[in-house]
Amino acid sequence: MSEAAAEDRGGVGTRTPSPYLSVAHLSVQREGEVILEDVSFEVPKGQVLAVVGPNGGGKTTLLRALLGRVPHQGEVRWAEPVRIGYVPQKLVETDIPLSVEELLAMKCPGDYARCLSSVGLDPSLLPKSIGVLSGGEIQRVLIAWAVVDSPQVMLFDEPTSNTDVGSEEVIFHTLRSVQKELQATMLLVTHDVHSVHHFADEVLVLNRRVIFQGPPRQLLADHRLFREAFQMSPEEEGHLVHGGKNP
Amino acid sequence: MSASLFLSLATAAVVGAAAGYVGSLMVLRRMALVGDALSHVALPGLAIGLLVGFSPTLGAFAFVLTAALLTWSIERSTRLPVDGIVGVLFVFSLAVGVLLTPNPDLLEALFGNLAAVDLLTTVLSAIMAGLVILLLRAIYRSVVLSVISQDLAASAGVPVGRVSLLYFVLVSTTVAVGIQVSGTLLAGALVIVPAVGAKLVGWDLRSFSLLSLVFGTVSAVSGTAASLALSIPPGPMVVLVGVVIFVASWVGMMLRERRKGRLPQPRASPSPVTRDLAHV
Repeated sequence: MSEAAAEDRGGVGTRTPSPYLSVAHLSVQREGEVILEDVSFEVPKGQVLAVVGPNGGGKTTLLRALLGRVPHQGEVRWAEPVRIGYVPQKLVETDIPLSVEELLAMKCPGDYARCLSSVGLDPSLLPKSIGVLSGGEIQRVLIAWAVVDSPQVMLFDEPTSNTDVGSEEVIFHTLRSVQKELQATMLLVTHDVHSVHHFADEVLVLNRRVIFQGPPRQLLADHRLFREAFQMSPEEEGHLVHGGKNP
Repeated sequence: MSASLFLSLATAAVVGAAAGYVGSLMVLRRMALVGDALSHVALPGLAIGLLVGFSPTLGAFAFVLTAALLTWSIERSTRLPVDGIVGVLFVFSLAVGVLLTPNPDLLEALFGNLAAVDLLTTVLSAIMAGLVILLLRAIYRSVVLSVISQDLAASAGVPVGRVSLLYFVLVSTTVAVGIQVSGTLLAGALVIVPAVGAKLVGWDLRSFSLLSLVFGTVSAVSGTAASLALSIPPGPMVVLVGVVIFVASWVGMMLRERRKGRLPQPRASPSPVTRDLAHV
């Protein structure tokens, strides 16, 4: 966990770290429909910010705006020029004769075998075509792609959306270790409550507007907000948080 | 070998190589039939060239390029699918082209004629095809990355829109020079058939793109040689040789998979066409 987040969680110290990313009054419209409205938040360097919220709440659009991929109003400002590693929710096309090694080489030269090992994959996958990989393997190859040039910022859009339950845990462990190794600032769009609880320093609840930004424990303590963020019924929340007993 | 024969085969070789290389990306972008339709768009340009008395190839290039730029622009502003936009431009151009093209020249325009190729045309074709290959080589990885995911490409610093525009221009150039070999009706085949065959046997991006280029060259040169020997238009012969290579690739792939003890699995995500058919 970053120093900034530790201070926030543990209440140690009162110094507010200078923001690494500042988003101010960000608004996005598509074909007349408001996707994001007046979104403002800041992220200190090295922090892991989980972005949660209902489907259609603008989470993916937020990441795309940070990448400069959607026309928007408002300001997105980084404290310094940054190298961004991005993992999309899914690839548009995988049925192409492209080996894992060729994919990684499209980013930059590097030690691809070591890079694959760092995300828990066997280097023997390097000559394999991406079309024959499982969902979990593809996601980890994409993480390897994102981190191969040691980015300062990592943007992950639901990195476990196409994986089975067993792979989710492994992928989040991989993300955590890579983020710690690189000391990178990370924005993680997710629906996974456990990853938010165990992994994030801060959480941003987004439903076209910012509903909440703060430490995960604060979100978990607010039942109404928690249910809105994760689209859960009171029964589902009770089952998840209290082992079946509704709070 | 006579000078005329040499010029014909040389033109076919450079145009075939460029078409095969360009086609490899058309197939990855699932735009194979767009290349075919774009070649028909050239017909009015050819017709105006013939009527007014300037180079029909130049007329064809102007029309295909305009169509490509229109397609790119309409796609960005309306989010209509590329194949739909090209479909509209294709039928319009074919109708206008058939009305405009003088009857004696229509067959030549539709199916190509390399017998009339002169040194200047060969040199121009070689320069244009060479430029296409060089520029495409420079943006090849960016285009592939955009095919996988445009956001992923953008995160790696690829200027997705500009790369796509340049690619459209290169496709137009290739189709325009390819018309000499195959005519407007079959120039699309120069782009499509070699790449589809290469996709069956290519094991990675490098082998796929290289095989596509080689298949394009071999089918264009062999088809042209056969057409000159038989005194028939080159277009159909080039296509027939290309299809023979495609079938050979298919058989080769089946044998390779059988040796490995597996057969190709059906696609996990059906193509738009098969998906639509499934609902019928």
